[in-house]
Amino acid sequence: MGEENKSSLIKPDLKSYTERVKAECYTAVSDGGVNLDAGPLMRMGLTDKLLKLCQANSLWPMTFGIACCAIEMMGTGMARFDISRYGSEVFRPSPRQSDLMIVAGTVNRKLAPVLLTLYEQMPSPKWVIALGNCAISGGPFSVKENYNVIEGVDKLIPVDVYVPGCPPRPEGLLEGILKLQEKITGVRHPIPQNRHPDSPQRKVKGLEL
Amino acid sequence: METISTLPPELIRMVIAVIIIISFIFLNAIMMGYLERKIAGHVQRRLGPMEVGFHGILQLVVDGVKLVAKELLIPINVDRTFFRLAPILSFTPVILPLLVIPFSEKLQARDLNLGLLFIVSMTSVNVMAILVGGWGSNNKYSMFGAMRAVAQSIAYEIPILLSMLAIILMTNTLSLKEIVGAQQKIWFVLLQPLAFIIYVISGIAETNRAPFDLPEAESELTAGFHTEYSGIGFSLFFLGEYTNMFTVASVATVLFLGGWHGPSLPYGEYLGIVWFFLKVYFLLFFMIMIRWTYPRVRFDQLLNFAWKYLVPFSLVNILITAVVVKL
Repeated sequence: MGEENKSSLIKPDLKSYTERVKAECYTAVSDGGVNLDAGPLMRMGLTDKLLKLCQANSLWPMTFGIACCAIEMMGTGMARFDISRYGSEVFRPSPRQSDLMIVAGTVNRKLAPVLLTLYEQMPSPKWVIALGNCAISGGPFSVKENYNVIEGVDKLIPVDVYVPGCPPRPEGLLEGILKLQEKITGVRHPIPQNRHPDSPQRKVKGLEL
Repeated sequence: METISTLPPELIRMVIAVIIIISFIFLNAIMMGYLERKIAGHVQRRLGPMEVGFHGILQLVVDGVKLVAKELLIPINVDRTFFRLAPILSFTPVILPLLVIPFSEKLQARDLNLGLLFIVSMTSVNVMAILVGGWGSNNKYSMFGAMRAVAQSIAYEIPILLSMLAIILMTNTLSLKEIVGAQQKIWFVLLQPLAFIIYVISGIAETNRAPFDLPEAESELTAGFHTEYSGIGFSLFFLGEYTNMFTVASVATVLFLGGWHGPSLPYGEYLGIVWFFLKVYFLLFFMIMIRWTYPRVRFDQLLNFAWKYLVPFSLVNILITAVVVKL
């Protein structure tokens, strides 16, 4: 208890900042906008399902690499792992056009307001993947002497999928995106229809797996 | 049927043509977006979209539905009228040039005797949309994107017009149908190779494609003039861009590549559209390949190239053409 008090003296309260930003957003919503995060006003079974399917299969991430996990994120976009197979290679530079924020790395106190602004600038529906141990819990920075690293990005914004690793392999990020698709639609995607170079169905001549 | 027969036949014809063209614009954007991502993938030794449909063929449909369903966000400090007007202004005028393009001998909505001038004036409205959108967004990146677009467009519209002028000198007409008709024996790309090269380069610049995509240079200006646009606004800009590409490629086909002419087919006056589309999509494929294999030029290089090389060369080309035609 005493130690917590001490650490709260060192760390300025970030919660108040988050609350303030949220309050501002919700006043903006009550001014006449519709809070889309609250879900649709009307639910139509099949249409809703189709819409969810479409949203799950075109998750455009934001170009937002913070630390070394971003290198793995770039690796996921490149030829060997190829995130574009799942339709998410469209890394949009503007938060207005992106659906998915991949928090790839250490979030420190100086970056926190920027991250919040970027998150608020994304139009709904939006999702967040915390990539790597730093974004999940502070990772190696989660020590007593830590004064500037936010221990987990979920203290700032709601996170949908956590991908552990330091840094996680590109397969980890791909699995994270598939998990997110599963979360959106409730079904495991992709429904297997095309063979991938890395899929276990692949038979290599003279190689027993 | 009574009411239909009392309407002027020209009106019915125009309505049918507009409906076909609008549906074609959406189809074209979907095909082009898919081709773009697939070709990009294969250029970079990736696979491209694979999961949605057979080899990802439904990827762009899915993207379209998602974009339409996204929140339409209008930031607080923007000019609301202009902000909403810009995507519509970018999308609407690109329909009109397709009305005068002769897809085959008998497939043309309207044969204007000033067809070429009509197309040039309509395609330049797109710059207006970019300016309105960029300025109305009240965002420094959008503003810079819009300013670049205007400077670039002014620079590159002149070589486009000058290279068209060489063809007009030879055919003595502005009607697209008659220009294609004049290429029965020999395509103008063989008689006017310099004008064709100048037209293609300036056409790529005019449609803001790489290597001239400075108005939306991602590394410098977040997303350029459409930084603040989400959902449907962004997709309308996207539709406008791809339709503009189609217009530029089809004008190049009409002026230089012989339009509907090709080895003869049964019902040639209608099925000439096959040759037309083959040529247009070959040019579009060429534009996509250029986008994914060349780096972006710097802004001073872009303007210097237009004013120092393209304009003088096209002027020389016109001079030579005029002398040869006179002799």
